[in-house]
Amino acid sequence: MNVQHISVKTVYNLFLKEISSIRHDKILLVLIIWAFSGAIYIATTATSTQLHKAPIAIVDEDQSPLSKQIGDAFYAPYFNKPVSITFPEVDPVLDSGSFCFVLIIPCNFQRDVTAGKQPELQINIDATRMTQSFIGNSYIQSIIQGELTNFMGSIDNGTELPFTLVPHYKYNPNLSSGWFGSIMEILSNVTFLSIILTGAAVLREREHGTLEHLLAMPVSPVEIVASKVIANGVVVLVAVVLSLFIMVRAVLGVPIHGSIALFVAGTALHLFATTSLGIFLGTLARSMPQLGLLLILTILPLQLLSGSITPRESMPDIVQHIMLASPSTHFVSFAQAILYRGAGLETVWPQFIVLAIIGLIFFITATAKFRQFVADN
Amino acid sequence: MKTNAPIILSELRHRYGKNQALHETSLTIPAGKMVGLIGPDGVGKSTLLGLIAGARKIQHGSIMVFNGDIRNQHFRNTISPRIAFMPQGLGKNLYATLSVFENINFFGRLFGIKTTQRHRQIKRLVEATGLAPFQDRQAGKLSGGMKQKLGLCCALIHDPDLLILDEPTTGVDPLSRRQFWELVKQIRDRRPGMSILIATAYMDEAEGFDWLIPMNDGKVLQTGTSAELKQLTTTETLEAAFIALLLHNKGYKKRALTIPPLQGKTDKIAISAQGLSKNFGHFTAVDKVDLEIRQGEIFGFLGSNGCGKTTTMKMLTGLLPATSGSARLFDNPVQADSMATKHRVGYMSQGFSLYEELTVMQNLHLHARLFNLQEDDARQRINSLLQRFNLVSYADENAGTLPLGIRQRLSLAVAVIHTPDLLILDEPTSGVDPIARDSFWELLIELSRNQGVTIFISTHFMNEAERCDRISLMHAGRVLVTDAPEAIRRSRGTSNMEDAFIAYLEDEQDPEIPFPQNTQLSGQRIESTHNNTFDIRRLLGYSIRESLEILRDPVLLAFALLGSALLMLVLGYGISLDVENLTFAVLDRDQSPLSRDYIQNIAGSRYFIERPPLYSEEELDKRMRSGELSLALEIQPGFSAALKRGRMAEIGVWIDGAMPFRAETINGYVQGMHLSYLTDLAKRKTGEDITLLPATLQPRYRYNQDFKSIHAIVPAVIPLLMMFIPAILTALSVVREKELGSIVNLHVSPSCRLEFLLGKQMPYIALSMAGFLCLILVAVFVFSVPLKGDIFFLCLTGLLYVSASTGFGLLLSSFTRTQIAALAGTAIITLLATVNFSGMTEPVSSLEGMGRIIGDNWPASSFIIIVRGVFTKGLGYGDLAREFRHLVIFAPAFTLLSLLLLEKQEK
Repeated sequence: MNVQHISVKTVYNLFLKEISSIRHDKILLVLIIWAFSGAIYIATTATSTQLHKAPIAIVDEDQSPLSKQIGDAFYAPYFNKPVSITFPEVDPVLDSGSFCFVLIIPCNFQRDVTAGKQPELQINIDATRMTQSFIGNSYIQSIIQGELTNFMGSIDNGTELPFTLVPHYKYNPNLSSGWFGSIMEILSNVTFLSIILTGAAVLREREHGTLEHLLAMPVSPVEIVASKVIANGVVVLVAVVLSLFIMVRAVLGVPIHGSIALFVAGTALHLFATTSLGIFLGTLARSMPQLGLLLILTILPLQLLSGSITPRESMPDIVQHIMLASPSTHFVSFAQAILYRGAGLETVWPQFIVLAIIGLIFFITATAKFRQFVADN
Repeated sequence: MKTNAPIILSELRHRYGKNQALHETSLTIPAGKMVGLIGPDGVGKSTLLGLIAGARKIQHGSIMVFNGDIRNQHFRNTISPRIAFMPQGLGKNLYATLSVFENINFFGRLFGIKTTQRHRQIKRLVEATGLAPFQDRQAGKLSGGMKQKLGLCCALIHDPDLLILDEPTTGVDPLSRRQFWELVKQIRDRRPGMSILIATAYMDEAEGFDWLIPMNDGKVLQTGTSAELKQLTTTETLEAAFIALLLHNKGYKKRALTIPPLQGKTDKIAISAQGLSKNFGHFTAVDKVDLEIRQGEIFGFLGSNGCGKTTTMKMLTGLLPATSGSARLFDNPVQADSMATKHRVGYMSQGFSLYEELTVMQNLHLHARLFNLQEDDARQRINSLLQRFNLVSYADENAGTLPLGIRQRLSLAVAVIHTPDLLILDEPTSGVDPIARDSFWELLIELSRNQGVTIFISTHFMNEAERCDRISLMHAGRVLVTDAPEAIRRSRGTSNMEDAFIAYLEDEQDPEIPFPQNTQLSGQRIESTHNNTFDIRRLLGYSIRESLEILRDPVLLAFALLGSALLMLVLGYGISLDVENLTFAVLDRDQSPLSRDYIQNIAGSRYFIERPPLYSEEELDKRMRSGELSLALEIQPGFSAALKRGRMAEIGVWIDGAMPFRAETINGYVQGMHLSYLTDLAKRKTGEDITLLPATLQPRYRYNQDFKSIHAIVPAVIPLLMMFIPAILTALSVVREKELGSIVNLHVSPSCRLEFLLGKQMPYIALSMAGFLCLILVAVFVFSVPLKGDIFFLCLTGLLYVSASTGFGLLLSSFTRTQIAALAGTAIITLLATVNFSGMTEPVSSLEGMGRIIGDNWPASSFIIIVRGVFTKGLGYGDLAREFRHLVIFAPAFTLLSLLLLEKQEK
């Protein structure tokens, strides 16, 4: 590729044109506003990733004070009020998925406990609900332990544990999930919107013939690509800042620990990569339906494997390595560090550099593909 | 045969937003005649025809067709088989990837004609129009003239009493145009009672019609025969009569446009091309074109749409690389990125590519800036252009709302803003009224003769060709002849340019095309079943057509099938809720054997990976902040000493709480390991089993004994993918028809919305079921997730589910207008509802607020339970009846809603 002509003035003029195009597209505006307000609100208030109102049932064959005491120990917000069922109902209710946990208290449980016979309590867990199953199990264990210790304490002084653990949750002491959810929803919408906006904009401008018109003027592909990257990036960036201050902080009351300025700077780098990627995808598609499928094929893995939904370290090594090429991985990583843990530039600079490199690669590829794309009809 | 009746319009009005497209019109159009609506683009011809055809909804007033009011939906259904409508735009209501035969066959099905009769009728039509040798060619690959013949075949398949043709010959080469009119004449000879309504911008064509309705600016100017109009205005030609009516100027004589001869002929060449060719795949768009355009010349390119004019022009501007041959601009080879040549060239692309959302002023300023004009010079230049091009009064209007003639002037102003030496104009006068066209030419002549600008212009108007210094006739990618217009005419001994062009074309004519053939274009009455409510045959017609279109797009097909399998692989392997490989480090201030033993206990677990130890609080803070550590343990000095003395000791545990569910899980692991360590410790000390608790807890992980998330995730990815892909494909398929215009076939045919919706949905259901089976195979054979339950039950629910997801796509497409909106809207809604609220990671029952409401009313919630149940729990209908019943509701509900929202007529 020969070196292309770049004039800051031309890019600036094209940038103004892009901004006014976006301003005039009412549907896109509504979409952007929704993605950074209503969508964030719904996602934050609805989802709770830790244990929340878990449905539990109890088969109480003992019907003793102790078994009643255990049953009463499960309450909101962690558990729904336990429903009492009979033994033959255990399989059907688990099968239908109406309950996640079924606790079975055997006959003569209290008597055996008092007699030191070590009776067995059974917890049936629907293991297809991964997160809930595991966390729920440890909650149930500790609740029952507590109740048993209480009960034994009221009878005689049992064995005492030699030393205890004192857990502290750093950065999010109450493990509030709205906190986690709102930021992750913003991150995912940043990636999603910036790709879809630029991809569709490129394809549409070609359909309207204005791209070709631009190239007949003293304007080079790199200037057009740059102006689209900057314009769409700026629009999304402004939306992010407003969303952080208005939606996340004021409406949802989520505390933000780190430097917002640093986060915005990093987001700008991320947008450089994703908008360039959007343009590149736009140049690959021949029609809107094709672009639609291409976007799904790209955006789904980018979103679901970025580490914002499930932790990165749990993924297979090969997936972890491949996802290093995705801007969203680095975006999620530095965003968590800055916004949750209050990290500074000294901590997140490696991600910033990687994002800049990924962005540059996408940008160069998109520009190289651009002229051919306009020519093909 | 039923007698034909006149069309009566009373107090008809129509507006689009603020724009009054049709002012109040009352008019009676006589039956059994060939009636022409004449006038330039955008004067309301298409609106009027659309209203009469029933494609548009009447806003005000009424229309009587065949003695009935077509505002009545029921009546419209009974008469629509008697009407045929061919909309404006080459092949606009045809399906580009379908063959000639398949296109006509589809229209036949739409009108309920029985198979044998349909095939007989198609045979007759293709033979009469000369399309017989091309029956298997795709409609998109036909020339403009052939597309229009095919359009005519599709319109005539059901033998209508009223034929409505909207600008059928615009953009078609003169030979094809002549043949088209001969066909229409034959139809009339066979069916003298047939009424034909035609809109056209060509006045010479309209001379031969029985009755004319000249229109301008949404108003009917006058009605009458061609002779009556000429007499009324005391003019010689219809064009002059039209202009006279337009200007209320009786006796208008067309001011002859005088073109001063080219002064001081130079031999300097502005553009030259040698053997210039362009191939698109196997298709040769431009075939070895040689050209030489001298400086100062007005050079014309004459030819039909798709003959290669635009492609040649694009190669000469450097927009398109040539396949072979060379092109030179001002004696320099054409280079895509040569900024120097771009400053000397002004280019006006086809269809006036302006930024519609910018005002006239903003458009001019943008272009001035892009050409690096100084701010002061630019202002002066823009002011003088506004004056000279008569744009002053439009300066602050948006380019998108301007009438076509004004847009054309603005486009030219934009193209000359940098005072170029060469202007390349691609069909700059298409669709513009005769007066505006003449004033446009005045500007061109001034530029050429007074300022010495070389002008290279393409057109399909013959009279414009005659104004050029020299012209090239172009056809099928080749230049037939290049010379002065006068010389070309003389060489063929014809009286006008059109005849000369036809003579050249006839030399070129493909001997394969037999024409004209006087076979029966329309014969005996066609028997067709007109079912006004619901007809399975029409539904099948839609389905067959949609299926063919899907099969012809291999990229889409591959995306839909392989793409979903690929995504399944990526997501199935990638999404894991197993919390493993957690990094931890210890700040061990005790450094005793006991503390080291305790640390070993954790480091040995498969969940944790030990990192280099910590030495200070600051370090702990820093390393956790960077995300390197998920867990840190802090053991105080004197830990083991305290323990030995039987005093209570504590270990500090620091967990990264940024990701709440991971933090909870880590805490669970640590507590568990702590307890087992203590039990172990006690056992080692005393040598006997010491029980720390009075009862044991026995957790049983059901359905997934290893507690591997792959068994939970893979079955959940199936519903996820089977939501997105079918919904988006279906949504786009309908909106695409809206954007491309073929939706008009629904509007004017007797078919009802339900047939259209279900007909379009079926192939996508089939495609999605194929995808669904692919995913099941991947789950079982690649991921080794056992399929414990009944596969037939799984497929049955899968069918219900993809019916729901395609139905949701239809629902969104019923009210969105652009493909972008449909794409983004479907993606945003399905992504949020399916990923977050359908119980993929946590059960719907633990959601709250809006999320809970969405989750409870979204098909994916039930389907995830069903798929997981069948795969991992081995369940069947008996166990999942509630979810099954829930799932059944969605497809009909979505279809019903789409039915309510989809309009049978355009507004």
